[in-house]
Amino acid sequence: MLKIIIKLILILIPFNSYALIEVDITRGNLNPLPLAVSPLSIDENSRKNFEKILKKENIGSEISNIVEDNLRTSGLFNPLDKKAFLQAPDIANLKPRFEDWNLIKAQALITGKVNLVENKLRVEFRLWDVLAAKEMMALAFTTVPNNWRRVGHIISDKIYERLTGEKGYFDTRIIYVSEEGPKTQRIKKLAIMDQDGFNNKFLTLGNELVLTPRFNPTSQMVTYLSYFRNMPRVYLLDIETGTQEVVGDFPGMTFAPRFSPDGKKIIMSFAKDGKSDIYTMNLENRLVERITNHPSIDTSPSYSPDGKYITFNSDRSGYQQIYIMKKDGSDVKRISFGNGLYGTPVWSPRGDLIAFTKLHKGKFYIGVMRTDGSGERLLTENFYQEAPSWSPNGRVLIFYRETKTNAKGEGFSAKLWSIDLTGYNERQIKTPTDASDPSWSSLLSN
Amino acid sequence: MRLSKIFKNTLLILTACLVLSACATKKEVATDSITGQMQGDVYTGTDTVEYLADGVPDRVFFATNESILTTASRETLRAQAAWLRKNPGINVVLEGHADERGTREYNLALGERRANAAKDYLMTYGISSDRITVLSYGKERPVDSGSNPLAWSKNRRSVTVKAN
Repeated sequence: MLKIIIKLILILIPFNSYALIEVDITRGNLNPLPLAVSPLSIDENSRKNFEKILKKENIGSEISNIVEDNLRTSGLFNPLDKKAFLQAPDIANLKPRFEDWNLIKAQALITGKVNLVENKLRVEFRLWDVLAAKEMMALAFTTVPNNWRRVGHIISDKIYERLTGEKGYFDTRIIYVSEEGPKTQRIKKLAIMDQDGFNNKFLTLGNELVLTPRFNPTSQMVTYLSYFRNMPRVYLLDIETGTQEVVGDFPGMTFAPRFSPDGKKIIMSFAKDGKSDIYTMNLENRLVERITNHPSIDTSPSYSPDGKYITFNSDRSGYQQIYIMKKDGSDVKRISFGNGLYGTPVWSPRGDLIAFTKLHKGKFYIGVMRTDGSGERLLTENFYQEAPSWSPNGRVLIFYRETKTNAKGEGFSAKLWSIDLTGYNERQIKTPTDASDPSWSSLLSN
Repeated sequence: MRLSKIFKNTLLILTACLVLSACATKKEVATDSITGQMQGDVYTGTDTVEYLADGVPDRVFFATNESILTTASRETLRAQAAWLRKNPGINVVLEGHADERGTREYNLALGERRANAAKDYLMTYGISSDRITVLSYGKERPVDSGSNPLAWSKNRRSVTVKAN
């Protein structure tokens, strides 16, 4: 977070250093950057046409609402109340009257317009520095009208990137397990949704138990565990075509799958005779390689972003702890040495941190540590939570949290939550049903 | 740096929470031990137990994070082995389970390890491995939906189920 703020300051210093030096991180709650998201202007003809096609009264406002929600959710920006805006959207997009926006304390302004061009949605938007009275960025997109939500996400990503110097994470999806029914007979389905919870879609019917879906970082493939015919096996699913296949031909349970960063291998555990070891399967030539060979439980493997190392958890020391090793299984090193048990290590897409679940004295924590195990930092504590997954820019973690049931065994729920890497900005992600095992996709665009 | 101060404060608060929660957990264990349904944290009651035949309980229970068979478990498995020897046409599935207090993937492996502990014991009492299939459910199929030590002890189990 500090880095982002420094970058924000660096970017905006040439325009006005005084106002931004006031960004105060010492009080524990950050001062998000105040900005104004003016509704995208739209001519009456286009508005009516889009209303027919998309059943939305004003698609310009709808898209700007997406941008506003995304920026607010990031915790770094504070979109101001539209009621305070003095300038009309269409005029603001041509030439903002910066004094007006300055008056309501907006430091940045987003304007734009939407047209219908040959049955396509054309959007242009501009980002303005209010204090310097300058345009910072202008972009236009043309796409099919049904893509309007994605347009909002792409604009959000561009603004986030321009203002923080880091890639955004809004034009992304989350795959997760939808849960329903009593705790003793949970019905679980694979489900997918946009990062903001919209466009939810179920991918399986719930006839068999499914667990731990994970995105391929380079394509629309997903790997997950299914109990199809009561045989727990790792599967590969193409979410565009719906085709599925078993991964490898193992004489027993395979589980805990994840893709390699280049998307060409699946790494997973295979359990046999009371021990679980880590294997990889190359998706191009189907070759299976054994990576660990130890009488302990070795599971939850995750590659470093350069593909050279693997982190995993093992109970070879007697209890569940986090280890790293080279990609061929050599040089195994334990890195977690704090009190308690450590599981589900996941390597950050930036390469510098490993996120994990920790169990200590009856509480579960989501935390991060450096890849040598130093600098352990616990972000959130609860009765039960696990399975962090990184946003593609390595700034946010998504995980799931379960509630404690009462004496009668009632009151169980499982929900998805996200938290900033700093430990701030914890928030629930709304899902139509209970939810667990989230996995964040890469950026869909660029 | 001021930021690190915040983290230190957060840590202090977390530590304080830990100390408090630790006491709470200990008390819970103590209350349940009094009811006489647990020894250590292994379930010794019969609430959830079903029977493969008269005097042949279908399940054995485990301590937290363990797959070691207790004396009572070995007795149960010897009864199962004797019954299986008398019924050579019957095959079984050993379903291994864990409680909800562990990460999902590790618990899948732990369930498999528990079911295999039961399988190995049946095999030493003359049951062929061809007749036994092992299946782990991890923490996915608890019998008791409670979030307390007694419920968890009932859920840490390996259940022998007729396959045919």
